[in-house]
Amino acid sequence: MALGMVLIDVDRCKGCGLCTHICPVSILALSKDTLNVRGYHPVMVTDTEACIGCASCAMICPDVVFTVYRRRRETRSAVARTASAQAGVISG
Amino acid sequence: MAKQLLKGNVAFAEAAVRFGLQAYFGYPITPQSEALEHLSGRMLREARVFLQAESEVAAINMVYGAACCGVRVMTSTSGPGFSLMAEGLSYIAGSEIPVVVVNMMRGGPGLGNIQPSQADYFFMTKSAGHGDFHPIVLAPASVQEIIDMMGLAFELAEKYRTLVLIAGDGSLGQMMESAELPPMQPLPALRPNWAVTGADGREPNVITSLYLVAEHLEEVNLRLQAKLADIRQHEVRFVEAQTADAELLLVAYGTSGRICTSVMRQARQKGIKVGLLRPQTLWPFPAQRIGELCEQVRGILVVEMSAGQMLEDVDHAAGGRVPIRFHGRMGGMIPMVDDVLADLQALATSLGLAP
Amino acid sequence: MSQAVAVPEDMEQVYAYPRSLTQANSHYCPGCVHGIVHRLVAEVIDELGIREKTIGVAPVGCAVLVYNYINTDFVEAAHGRAPAMATGIKRVSPDKIVFTYQGDGDLAAIGTAEIIHAANRGERITTVFINNAIYGMTGGQMAPTTLEGMITTSTPGGRDHLLAGYPMRMSEILAQTAGAVYVAREAALDLAGIRRTKRAIKRAFLAQIHGLGFASVEVLATCPTNWGLDPWAAMQWAKENLGAFYPLDTFKITDEVKALPV
Ligand SMILES: Cc1ncc(C[n+]2csc(CCOP(=O)(O)OP(=O)(O)O)c2C)c(N)n1
Ligand code: SF4
Ligand code: SF4
Repeated sequence: MALGMVLIDVDRCKGCGLCTHICPVSILALSKDTLNVRGYHPVMVTDTEACIGCASCAMICPDVVFTVYRRRRETRSAVARTASAQAGVISG
Repeated sequence: MAKQLLKGNVAFAEAAVRFGLQAYFGYPITPQSEALEHLSGRMLREARVFLQAESEVAAINMVYGAACCGVRVMTSTSGPGFSLMAEGLSYIAGSEIPVVVVNMMRGGPGLGNIQPSQADYFFMTKSAGHGDFHPIVLAPASVQEIIDMMGLAFELAEKYRTLVLIAGDGSLGQMMESAELPPMQPLPALRPNWAVTGADGREPNVITSLYLVAEHLEEVNLRLQAKLADIRQHEVRFVEAQTADAELLLVAYGTSGRICTSVMRQARQKGIKVGLLRPQTLWPFPAQRIGELCEQVRGILVVEMSAGQMLEDVDHAAGGRVPIRFHGRMGGMIPMVDDVLADLQALATSLGLAP
Repeated sequence: MSQAVAVPEDMEQVYAYPRSLTQANSHYCPGCVHGIVHRLVAEVIDELGIREKTIGVAPVGCAVLVYNYINTDFVEAAHGRAPAMATGIKRVSPDKIVFTYQGDGDLAAIGTAEIIHAANRGERITTVFINNAIYGMTGGQMAPTTLEGMITTSTPGGRDHLLAGYPMRMSEILAQTAGAVYVAREAALDLAGIRRTKRAIKRAFLAQIHGLGFASVEVLATCPTNWGLDPWAAMQWAKENLGAFYPLDTFKITDEVKALPV
């Protein structure tokens, strides 16, 4: 269960790449094989589960492409616990 | 309201206040600074806006900004300042905003001098900035007429959402005459719906002269031209004197028009049948009436304080039907009645009209 | 169009499209910082709840069409004259919030007189000043803010002060005027800088809301297109080079402005 979620207004994107550099968990990338209506390779999320809902992408995007959601404080710690437990399973 | 002795510059400034001027922005320049000085105290006492700008460039853009808010606003200047305003005037024309500007013309080109002149005729009527537009240009010839024309200027500016210029000259600005001021008018409580007042409960208003698509800008220009055609049809103003039996016609505006009134009187005493047409609007120009009079008179004498600028419009209106002579003085010189009379007599003689 | 994805119930929105921005797609080049700063201005207008009484003055420059994006009343000024127009507007509409949005050619070259006098008179207006060290709109010519050695389409050999003078630090100059109550320079070149820029813009609007005087925020920005760099590289270049010549600082802040809760 992801901590955050971004909605991407694909056709607003100009493929400038700023968000792909700023994303702290590196889950944004330009989709090399699609074009949006304006002729740009738009951004896409490569791993929706890893999004932490930090809104860094929204802060740097010049074209207001992102709407960002984050899990409420109450459920966030539960999610984090599950995540670390899962990590434990994988590493173990 | 009783008549009082008033200086031209003070008269138009005070008249503007009484006709509901809400804001004035200006920069001092002779021969109109008395207007700015008068307003500096007067406007503040009325709790209205007065601001001495850092230049005429700034002044006209302050006027532009205030006009976009839908208030009665004006500035006044003279040639060198008017040159600096050309940019703003074009933007104002392009965005169809009502603005009034008084130009008390002085000797030019360049710094010239501070004596009266009419050499900004082309500039004011035909090329007050880049692009296709004409301001309405009013030409008063007395202190009373400056007062009356201030009211007319605001009315026309708002009626057509257009730029209105008042073409005065240094002598009109400086002369003292007995005249009557209008009573104080109440200020409007509301601002027009096109003005920028904050997009509260409506879509945002945007006032711009930018149209990047050629088709759109042509449409805007066509609309502007249609409006100008409307103005041309309805707002031509002039004064005619003794034209009923005239064989010769004097055409002159403003101070030159006053001088020609004296010329006409003296010529009539000498038996020369001369009439006078004094344009009160330089744009739109009373071309049609001049054309009609060309069917009746045998010759025209144009008198200006310039090298002959309105002359071109008279020439065009006459269309070669009658001979046209020109009497002009430049550099701040004012035509003398005797000199103009001599030219008129010469014209009469050349046409075989001398008594 | 946004992807049709159901938002889990226990998620809250942490970034939403600002109300004071129109839905129009901007004409700016990919990665242009103008877009970021427009968004910040819109967010500030939203947060302050002033959209309905705000009047913007657009510049001549790449941001000439800012009125298509920021959803308030707007006028379009002649090149550099925005502060004079804003003065006219504010003087006859003292209850409105009036701001100019200007580039470095607009504010620091052709409109130098207008901005300095508006600041000196203490006009109750807010100025957002985008310093991208170049003339973007006209194809990348030298601006007054162009760094020495910087190659532009009108300084092909790099700006040489013997020929073209020195880059101009406008905020430092504006801070000298008695009428300015808040003059700051920020950089919208990374997340921290973008956050600081937004706070500064908010403070500059608040100064006006409280009728304190002239307030301006210079924002170091990029013009990836005319610099010939990709947007991310442009930001790094700007941080290093523009940042070195144009220190980020608050050059003037009165006690009253300092006391405003931002
Ligand atoms: C009086 C006048 N002179 C020149 C221009 C041409 N012009 C348009 S924008 C511009 C420079 C804009 O540069 P800047 O203010 O830095 O804004 P940017 O485009 O970089 O955002 C110039 C010179 C004009 N429109 N008007
Ligand atoms: S920053 Fe915005 S415009 Fe640029 S690639 Fe990311 S989503 Fe697209
Ligand atoms: S030319 Fe430069 S300033 Fe203009 S939109 Fe493009 S990147 Fe932005």
